[in-house]
Amino acid sequence: MKKDDLVVLTKMEHHSNIVPWQLVAQKTHAKVKYVDLDEDGILNMVEFERAMNDSPKLVAFTHCSNVLGTINDAAMLVRKARKAGATTLVDAAQSVPHMPVDVSQIGCDFLAFSGHKMLGPTGIGVLYGRKALLEDMEPFQGGGDMIKEVHLTGAKWNDVPYKFEAGTTNFADAVGLGVAIDYLSSVGMQKVRDHEVELLKYATEETEKVGGLTIYGPRDAARRGGVLSFNVEGIHPHDMASILDEEGVAIRSGHHCAQPLMERLDVTATNRASFYLYNSYDDVDALVGGLKKAKRMFEA
Amino acid sequence: MSSEIYRELILDYYRNPRNFGKVEPHDISARDSNPLCGDEIEIQVRVTPEKKIGEIKFTGKGCAISQASASMLTEFAKGKPLEWVKELSKEDIFKLLGTRDLGPARVKCALLSMKVLKTGTYSYLGAKLEDGQDS
Ligand SMILES: Cc1ncc(COP(=O)(O)O)c(C=O)c1O
Repeated sequence: MKKDDLVVLTKMEHHSNIVPWQLVAQKTHAKVKYVDLDEDGILNMVEFERAMNDSPKLVAFTHCSNVLGTINDAAMLVRKARKAGATTLVDAAQSVPHMPVDVSQIGCDFLAFSGHKMLGPTGIGVLYGRKALLEDMEPFQGGGDMIKEVHLTGAKWNDVPYKFEAGTTNFADAVGLGVAIDYLSSVGMQKVRDHEVELLKYATEETEKVGGLTIYGPRDAARRGGVLSFNVEGIHPHDMASILDEEGVAIRSGHHCAQPLMERLDVTATNRASFYLYNSYDDVDALVGGLKKAKRMFEA
Repeated sequence: MSSEIYRELILDYYRNPRNFGKVEPHDISARDSNPLCGDEIEIQVRVTPEKKIGEIKFTGKGCAISQASASMLTEFAKGKPLEWVKELSKEDIFKLLGTRDLGPARVKCALLSMKVLKTGTYSYLGAKLEDGQDS
């Protein structure tokens, strides 16, 4: 990266796919541009194409939004970005845990996901990278194990991936993540996805019946991961989360580490119910019961 | 935390906030927000010649706990000497709310208005708010 190089992101990114690029931009005086969304939370392709005309150096986007649930057509976006000459990075933190993902079908240069979002331990994740690119890259950290030879005059780097794994690695969590991945694979990622789609459809229908809800993101469950973000008229999400907690229902409330998206939606916070393979129709019913209770408490 | 906190009293203050608005002219004006939830509180005060809190009002947006506690605090503070603000503690706020069972995530919502009142008063008095005095 150097001065005036362009990084293209979207307005639906998690802070973890915004702040690092802003840091890079500060250091190198590169520019960061954000592609807007349409009203239903789907990426605006006219803007995306226009951004590709500006010859970006890097295009990074989330595969699945942790707030809106929007599933981006990663293979299509990567194809366009690569045609524009950009290196591509896909944030798969919300897709790899919830649906089948195939890096070679997407065709990206880099793809990242986190262990703690897929039944695994915290503090560990996976960065996939094209081997040729990784081989060209300098280590970002020095220490033991990342070298082949060290002399007083200098060192020779180890092969990929060891080159990037300085010091004693976090192998305890790597074993834990491996077990989690084996477990999910044994269940089958398509099964996980189908289950979430069923719950999402049911939850969308049932929560809408409660009334006074604004639901954010694509209406079509086929284009949406298993998260339901909403606001209820007159009840702040933090109050809602506290009341639901009493009912044994854990949702997340707040900005979900996506403040630029909150600004785009013109809200300070949302409620978000998210589904995984262990959730059931009963959980959705409990959510709906809690929403009704909160509305009764706050009305009057 | 238990939903005890959402007693009718708190909800009533949330729905019908007392002392909501601005004080013009004012001697003290301070605002702060809670980055995690986007709660916002602004408090304005007119000081009497005896260095007491004369008129006091707040504006803001956010959750029921932050808004109700701000409203309760303005009622409680009215007529008190400015020096009293220095003594104000989170226990006073818990007393106003009628519970201390808020849970770690919501304590900040409850204490935001106290922090704002302290910040404004300290800067009016030319004193510095030390770490820890706002909680
Ligand atoms: C879409 C998305 N990207 C990135 C992250 C960041 O993951 P981590 O906190 O493991 O770095 C999250 C979740 O926190 C996420 O939902």
